[in-house]
Amino acid sequence: MLQDKIFKKLIFTCGLLIILLGIAIFITVLIGSIPSIKAFGFHFLSSKQWNPVSDEFGALPFIIGTLITSILAILISIPFSLSVALLLGEFFQEGILNEILSSTIDLLAGIPSVIYGFWGLVVLVPIIRNIEMKCGIPPYGVGILTASIVLAIMIIPYTASIAREVIRLTPPEIKEAGYSLGGTRLDIVRKVIFPNSRSGIIAGILLGFGRAIGETMAVTMVIGNSNTLPKDLFSPANTMASVIANEFTEATTNIHLSSLIQIGMWLFVITFLVNLLGSIIIEKTEIKGGLNG
Amino acid sequence: MKKFRKIALIAVAVIIGIWNIASADNIKLTGAGATFPYPLYAKMFSVYHNNYGIQVNYQAIGSGGGIRQVKAKTVDFGASDAFLNNKELKMFSHPVVHVPITAGAVVVTYNLPFVKELKLTPEIIADIFLGKIKKWNNDKIQAINPGIKLPKTGIFVVHRSDGSGTTFIFSDYLSKVSPVWASNVGRGKALSWPCGLGAKGNPGVAGLVNQTPGAIGYVELIYAIQNNMKYASIRNRSGNYIKPSLTSVKEAAKIKLPDDMRVSLTNTNSKTGYPISGFTWIIVYKDLANGGLSFKKAKAVINMLWWMTHDGQRYCEPLNYVPLSNNARIKAEKIIKSVTYKGKTLIGKKDVAR
Repeated sequence: MLQDKIFKKLIFTCGLLIILLGIAIFITVLIGSIPSIKAFGFHFLSSKQWNPVSDEFGALPFIIGTLITSILAILISIPFSLSVALLLGEFFQEGILNEILSSTIDLLAGIPSVIYGFWGLVVLVPIIRNIEMKCGIPPYGVGILTASIVLAIMIIPYTASIAREVIRLTPPEIKEAGYSLGGTRLDIVRKVIFPNSRSGIIAGILLGFGRAIGETMAVTMVIGNSNTLPKDLFSPANTMASVIANEFTEATTNIHLSSLIQIGMWLFVITFLVNLLGSIIIEKTEIKGGLNG
Repeated sequence: MKKFRKIALIAVAVIIGIWNIASADNIKLTGAGATFPYPLYAKMFSVYHNNYGIQVNYQAIGSGGGIRQVKAKTVDFGASDAFLNNKELKMFSHPVVHVPITAGAVVVTYNLPFVKELKLTPEIIADIFLGKIKKWNNDKIQAINPGIKLPKTGIFVVHRSDGSGTTFIFSDYLSKVSPVWASNVGRGKALSWPCGLGAKGNPGVAGLVNQTPGAIGYVELIYAIQNNMKYASIRNRSGNYIKPSLTSVKEAAKIKLPDDMRVSLTNTNSKTGYPISGFTWIIVYKDLANGGLSFKKAKAVINMLWWMTHDGQRYCEPLNYVPLSNNARIKAEKIIKSVTYKGKTLIGKKDVAR
């Protein structure tokens, strides 16, 4: 009995500590960004001027860069991650193909991001450069499109693994009912599996989105790191995480440092909101699955 | 199993205890800062430890971080690739001094497969990095490179994306030679670049330049030498085209130097000096007691600085760093001698002898 009590207290304390840690991190970041908030106010979010020499800082190019690359990455990854999820959750629920595919996907999730960046730089960049040369665009090779493709590959495992679970949860009774009505397999996928697991898939996509927003190293290596507003998909840009990683070590003036921390704060807020949205949707899926089963 | 764990724990505790007692008398110094001189410092500190038994722990966290740590008094010394300007000096609670250790240079590297030797003037470099000159076969570039057929490909500018001393030296140079650069861009470790792509670190810039035909970028001399990269000769103030090398950078420091050694070597007056170079410094409090050091540690820091600027200099050239020129070393000596501990000088004749 005593053991139980101690055990309960122990895990309670540990859990509480983690929550406090999260809050403490946010408070630290908030305090760190006060000088920059005072100096620039909300103008910080709308100004496109980022000039460490004259100490003028606005985060718009980075916010735009982050959102464009992440959204584009999601759009590129959806067909692939849904296909993988369907293969694993519906077509090959067991067997050797399932084993191979799911361990490959797990492997993709485990590769360090710097390796993705390196691959992007030596393989993807020359390919994009060739395409750009043929289209008559300045052949940088690096830029928004390259970064988005690398990001897309990185987030496939996250979206796919959650989507696979919810697809697998589809009650067999409904599927059988569908077949008995004369539906083809495509009909079942489109009209039974997808509607039934829609919210789970969206949650998976949001988790992938959260990951794409915060990705740093791989993006820095292939995005071109230009602190200006991007003009098109091929132009170099920069993201919030990337500019922090780039400039933090050598930021000497307080306002420069504080502005970088403020970018970190907004990144924290955006990631938090995305994750929150994701977990709310997952929760809903679970209830729904229970009712149907 | 349980017994074994207990024994292991006790063993660890005993080892830590012994280690603490054994090292209690040894002085350990900590420093933090610039990444550029890190390979040299690592070599120097390792030799210094072997010779004098004093362990120096140097963290290459970047110049900005090093300066912040000195300000916060969490390290015994800091290291920086850029000297502190008057405004920055005022932010310290007590005065600090700059001790030059070695010099470095920034070279302009390019990717033109059929061009082996390229000459550039300061004006051309500024115009390229401002985005004004866009093609390699521009008349201005062709005029000073007779005999070379320059291609009509576009010029792709590559710069550092991370804040760095290399960018500082490069932009400091451009600010001196181009009024337009000075007013539109200015000097700093991170800039608001008018054009081009950013890449992280010397390897990032080198990689992008090597991959992109027609690219131009800037990297540290050491990095360019070690990787057999092509770099341009640059016209200095005296009108001579100078190929960057350890010798021409050492020559660049042969000018009249200020007593506090807070000096930029860019656009040097030296006739045979390469124009884009600069010192890298170790920064300590002028009175080491103000930095929170013990007397023993203060003495150790001063001895270490003396050794680094004298005997330690022989490790520069094998690692492709530029040793201090004579006049620079004499100034450095004066600065080291001026460092005190609670008003008392730290360096005696006995120390100087070694």
